[in-house]
Amino acid sequence: MKNCEYQQIDPRALRTSNTRTSTTFKLPKNSQRLRRKWEVFPGKNRFYCDGRIMLARQCGVLPLTIGLIFITTGLFFTFDCPFLVHHLTVFIPVIGGVLFVFVIFTLLQTSFTDPGILPRALPDEAADIERQIDNSGSSTYRPPPRTKEILINDQVVKLKYCFSCKMFRPPRTSHCSLCDNCVERFDHHCPWVGNCVGKRNYRFFYAFIVSLSFLTSFIFGCVITHLTLRSQDENGIIQAIQDSPASVVELVICFFSIWSILGLSGFHTYLVAANLTTNEDIKGSWSSKRGEESGNPYTYNNIFTNCCVVLCGPMPPSLIDRRGFLPPDDAPQTVTSDTELPPFMSKNDANMCTQGTKELLESMAHSTVIQSTCVPGTPKTAPVTQESLLRTVSITVSPPNRPHSTGCSGRQARRPIDVSCSQKGNKRAALHTHKPMLHVPSPPYSHGRSPLTLSDAPDMGFIPLN
Amino acid sequence: MAETHSLQDLRQAAVASKVFVQRDYTSGTICKFQTKFPAELESRIDKQQFEETIQTLNNLYADAEKLGGRSYLEGCLACLTAYTIFLCMETHYEKVLKKIAKYIQEQNEKIYAPLGLLLTDPIERGLRVVEITIFEDRSIGSR
Repeated sequence: MKNCEYQQIDPRALRTSNTRTSTTFKLPKNSQRLRRKWEVFPGKNRFYCDGRIMLARQCGVLPLTIGLIFITTGLFFTFDCPFLVHHLTVFIPVIGGVLFVFVIFTLLQTSFTDPGILPRALPDEAADIERQIDNSGSSTYRPPPRTKEILINDQVVKLKYCFSCKMFRPPRTSHCSLCDNCVERFDHHCPWVGNCVGKRNYRFFYAFIVSLSFLTSFIFGCVITHLTLRSQDENGIIQAIQDSPASVVELVICFFSIWSILGLSGFHTYLVAANLTTNEDIKGSWSSKRGEESGNPYTYNNIFTNCCVVLCGPMPPSLIDRRGFLPPDDAPQTVTSDTELPPFMSKNDANMCTQGTKELLESMAHSTVIQSTCVPGTPKTAPVTQESLLRTVSITVSPPNRPHSTGCSGRQARRPIDVSCSQKGNKRAALHTHKPMLHVPSPPYSHGRSPLTLSDAPDMGFIPLN
Repeated sequence: MAETHSLQDLRQAAVASKVFVQRDYTSGTICKFQTKFPAELESRIDKQQFEETIQTLNNLYADAEKLGGRSYLEGCLACLTAYTIFLCMETHYEKVLKKIAKYIQEQNEKIYAPLGLLLTDPIERGLRVVEITIFEDRSIGSR
């Protein structure tokens, strides 16, 4: 590959030759549409409405959830409300309506909000971390440990290295294998809402299950009242049921839902009060049964404070910037993380001065290797080497883009792989989702690991898993 | 103007290396960066100046994530409106992020670009690192 030759190049000549070589790889500039970042997002997510709405690829039984809620509430308004308004009060459908609207809003917000996905590390950053790991005393033949211990509030917490995202996971972060993303304050992947539940949408999820418990209890109570009053009027429960068969359907749905939904609400209320996540609770991370003095380092030791912090705390921003624009140079070629290089067009239009600099960085990285005249040691040129070599490698290897849908049309849910119909099922899903470093991402993305080995060997290799 | 002159010089410089300032998790999961001075910057910038920049950034992030009357009010109001208020209103966090972006741009123009350095806003790196790009000294005036 000609790009492996080290040669001294004048930056100005570089820029002119760049535009010539780069046009051979991509379409002429005027016909190239600027792509948004969601189109090359490496995780398993779907995006609608040009990146405004996101969902997990395995959206599970979300259509079923929505369908059940609509059907039950629809039947309630159609068959039970007229009788109850006549016999009791007009507030019954009003309360029902308010609860229904609240449930639907919170459900949609839980499903469509970014749960707190961490963007993957860029090649430079990943290389830097890799260097630090290698330097931390690997004089033995064993591969260097991929965990880091830190102290949080005088408690030892282990940070694990994520092979898919190429970074040390922050505390309370876990990698969801269904969505192939690291999610901050990962709670669980909920098939009922078709999304992970994490830092940014936990409050929506909690509001959803609490309001859904109220709704199902309310409908259940109203249907019982309806059938009771009707059987008193018509001298017989059988007659009442025959007159209003829809009520029986509602009764059955609500009866089975109430157990699981109320149970789930109670469980999550406990988690909120203790400032725990489902993930931590299942793994017993802070349980005192382990024999050590370990308590939850994140709790404020006050139920009220914990509730306020979890539910009413400041809303963190989405870190993945789905609607930002990709730099026009490298959009068509790869899906690796090098497309996340300086997103100068995304956030700050006022940063015009840094834009120009970063544009130059891009063109530099496209070119052949730049050898600096003053040689302050080869390691310093390594990041640039890796970047340019990565581009060459990824151009030859470039995997097919996973199709993402554009526009607002929804897609049919694929058969979910880990769907279960109970709270225990949710726990199983949570267990499944946080199998840590042993999960190997699917081959099209695994070549993204290659930059970390390029500094050692020019051929494509994979980091051996511990 | 002094800053455009130095940034134009940067356009002709090559990237020598990048330094990454990692997060500091000792106080929990709040956004805070380590103030330890990286060795690679020793010849480039004053330690005091660098620490001041990072400390200001940490203070700004702490303000964004501060738990107090205002954030609770925002949270309760949002809950009562079924969180639809997030679609219309800019949250306090987002306002602080804009302040941070302006601060970083200012620091780059006034302090870092003349020294051949460039700070990247941490939000562009998922609030994981503060990335400092070190440029070659060639075309910039002697320092």
